[in-house]
Amino acid sequence: MPESPDYEPVIGLEIHIQLQTETKMFCGCKLEFGAEPNTHTCPVCLGHPGALPMTNEQAVEYAIRVGLALGCEIAPRSIFHRKNYFYPDNPKAYQISQYDIPICSGGRLGDVRIHRAHLEEDAAKLTHVGESGRIHGSDASLVDFNRGGTPLIEIVTEPDIHDPAEAREWLTLLRETIRQLGVSDVNMEEGSLRADGNVSIRPVGSKELGVKTELKNMNSFRFLERGIAAEIERQKAIVASGGRVEQETLHFDPASGSLTSLRSKEEAHDYRYFPEPDLLPLAPSPEHVEEVRASLPELPAERRVRYESELGLSPDAAKLLAYDAALASFYEEAVAAEPDVDPIVVANWVTGELVAASREAGFEHPAETKADAAGVGAVARMVDGKEISRGSGRELLAELVANGGDPAEVSERLGLTSDDGDDLAAIVAAAIEAQPDAAAKVKAGEGKAIGAIIGVVMRETKGRADGGEATRLIREQLGL
Amino acid sequence: MSDVRDLSVAAGLAAIEARDLAAAEWADAYAGLPDELGAYLWRPDEPIGGEEGPLGGVPVAVKDIFCIEDVPTTAGSRILENYLPPYTATAVERLLGAGASVLGKTNMDEFAMGSSNENSAYGDVRNPWDTDRVPGGSSGGSAAAVAGGLAPCALGTDTGGSIRQPAAFCGVVGLKPTYGSISRSGMIAFASSLDQCGPFTRTVADAALLLRVMQGADPRDTTSTGIAAGVEMPSREDLSGVRVGVPRELASEAEGMEDGVREVMERTIALCESLGATVAETSLPNARYGISAYYVIAPAEASANLARYDGVRFGERVAAEGLDDMYELTRAAGFGPEVKRRIMLGTYALSSGYYDAYYGRAQRVRTLIARDFENAFADHDVLLTPTSPTVAFPLGSRTDDPLAMYMADYCTVPMSLAGVPAISIPGGLAAAPDGGPELPVGVQLVGPAFGETALLDAAHALESAIGFDTNAAWRGGADA
Repeated sequence: MPESPDYEPVIGLEIHIQLQTETKMFCGCKLEFGAEPNTHTCPVCLGHPGALPMTNEQAVEYAIRVGLALGCEIAPRSIFHRKNYFYPDNPKAYQISQYDIPICSGGRLGDVRIHRAHLEEDAAKLTHVGESGRIHGSDASLVDFNRGGTPLIEIVTEPDIHDPAEAREWLTLLRETIRQLGVSDVNMEEGSLRADGNVSIRPVGSKELGVKTELKNMNSFRFLERGIAAEIERQKAIVASGGRVEQETLHFDPASGSLTSLRSKEEAHDYRYFPEPDLLPLAPSPEHVEEVRASLPELPAERRVRYESELGLSPDAAKLLAYDAALASFYEEAVAAEPDVDPIVVANWVTGELVAASREAGFEHPAETKADAAGVGAVARMVDGKEISRGSGRELLAELVANGGDPAEVSERLGLTSDDGDDLAAIVAAAIEAQPDAAAKVKAGEGKAIGAIIGVVMRETKGRADGGEATRLIREQLGL
Repeated sequence: MSDVRDLSVAAGLAAIEARDLAAAEWADAYAGLPDELGAYLWRPDEPIGGEEGPLGGVPVAVKDIFCIEDVPTTAGSRILENYLPPYTATAVERLLGAGASVLGKTNMDEFAMGSSNENSAYGDVRNPWDTDRVPGGSSGGSAAAVAGGLAPCALGTDTGGSIRQPAAFCGVVGLKPTYGSISRSGMIAFASSLDQCGPFTRTVADAALLLRVMQGADPRDTTSTGIAAGVEMPSREDLSGVRVGVPRELASEAEGMEDGVREVMERTIALCESLGATVAETSLPNARYGISAYYVIAPAEASANLARYDGVRFGERVAAEGLDDMYELTRAAGFGPEVKRRIMLGTYALSSGYYDAYYGRAQRVRTLIARDFENAFADHDVLLTPTSPTVAFPLGSRTDDPLAMYMADYCTVPMSLAGVPAISIPGGLAAAPDGGPELPVGVQLVGPAFGETALLDAAHALESAIGFDTNAAWRGGADA
């Protein structure tokens, strides 16, 4: 059997994001998640005869914000098209979307290029009554038109992703970016962020794209990664057994991890796109686009670069902080409160001890505990300046997280300041005395034996001693 | 005053002003009349509206394509039988707001598709000049109502000639304003980029009165701009200094033009000259392709506009086992043959692989025709053509030959494609080639976009000189 070449996956994503505007894309109905079904409807969003769409200016502005944040070019003139298909969730039997001239084109976020982003309207929500939960085999289907006409921005990437985990990570970056723009709550579970994947494989080194399949229904970050991974494996298996991948649309079932075909290439819809005659072109003025650009906040990708290059954080720490706007501003406040402490040290406390302590205490987010940023900064300073040991610092932080307070006072009250340098030296001396065998072994070059002495030090200090400092003192006192 | 029904809109308003007529009496004079022409599809027990205002008390018949809240609105189709719209069309709302009174809803070709009113699902309309003949279409009921003494004025819609051609066949005035001058909101869509609302009246001045009230931008139709300069009441008594152009493609070179129509055109040209106009032949080189382009663009848009009639949310539904069956049976039962033909044509023209050859090409022809008009208006203030190549034809004579039927709009379609305003006024009577009583011939005056004031002025001067009696048909033709 000839050796089969290695294949690499090529992945592109299509992301739909509901824009959190006051009203719908083409009518004045209010947007409200979870409202009584069919209470936010009107002749326009129900597709009544004679009703005409009106473009929501706030949605256009939000689309421009998204486009600029993704480094896209904003078209000076873009138009809407009608995308025709019959389905009960689509009351006009066409969706108003954009086709050959989208509002945003080109761009990049992180390592992935953006092909385009365009505005369209969401479909109504279908609930299939019956065991399957899907339309096939259901007893009946209920339509809630409250969701119909919600503004959507569809973002299409170039096929620049080569790994399922990378797809998940990039989608996280996108979600944080959109969230920080304030245009959507980007919640995958509630459907305000929806991702489809286009997956193909090709021999490593090849520049051509293979036949792609489209994956639907990956409604969480975990399912996205798992679905894409499953599809890559499926395609590799087909090729390995001498078959050819067929172009089709697949449905990922997270429960079984299986992929089922929704429709083949032959069954693909002909949407018969044509320009929407009921709407004028979108023509934002260059001044307006610049105003929007000036109003953009610092975004995760830029912030990550700044943390790495200006503050010297590691890529992991920079990403952890930069992708979480609340944590990032908490961190920056802590750094600002302690200008003399190395930002890397503060970052370690925030991303390490604070995250762990808040999880332990049952808080949803580290920035929401009783500890304020200045307090966390102070703990970092106290430990870094050896005012207290690392262990005491942890204890102090846990107390601040649970109950808040002034770090100096709390540390005094808990008696955390007593283990200063002189005391520790005395405790170390006593510990060496208590562990003569271990001391001898350490002197003889058996490094591991130091553990027994440190154990005594920790017991004596109730774990508050700084392990590194204790080690240094033991070796010093043993003349090493 | 011999009969209230003799009154034009202007004369009736003057009579009310002079206290010779009580506003309520005007509509009452029409309320109980027998409708032997089949002009109306629905009449209320009491006329709707009729408040104080600039059109206080003016009775108006409304084509059944305009939604009026809780008033049956069918667009001439079975699929909307028993449909009660939840809102009122802007044009009707403005008339009611000005004090007009709605006499009823008038018969029409199904979804405004037709040139004889024979495509109505609710029966034929008869021409008041000869009840064995068609009234024209698609606004046949509105034209017949005004000519037949069943309303002093009426609303219609014109997509390719649906106001002008029936106005010509019935010997009344019919105005298609510039595309965008009157809101389309609440006007059931046939071909959105062509549909325009306009009045049927007995005089040009009456058309101006109604246009002044209805025109203007409407937030519910973002393609409506209104006529920025407004519309003045016509006052011209002659045509001195007016440059009249006669496009040969729609006059001397027009195929299938009847001798009677030719004679009326010649008389009208002579009359224009005697009124002081300079008349010259001109050219609209691409107008001959108008019908071909129109029968791609209009069905294409219609195929999308009519897709919403699926039996799910309103209108008639045929019950079936599955969703696709329900769609198919509902639409098979609800639409008539001409509507189905155009849905098929339009669907085909937009389908993948044919779009450029049909829809794309038709749009390019449309641009060329619009340019032809611009060029013609560089040298002419107004263009003059026959409205239709023939007089009213006998009922049933063209129903088996769609292409012959389509040619009835040969002279009116180019103006719709270009979006320019055009008015048909009665030019005189002519013998039909197949015998019978003499029948009205319409002449069409065309102006540049938003040039309604000058167009109506010229039409008014010509109308006075022609001296046609628009009440002749219902009074028995005595004064014709």
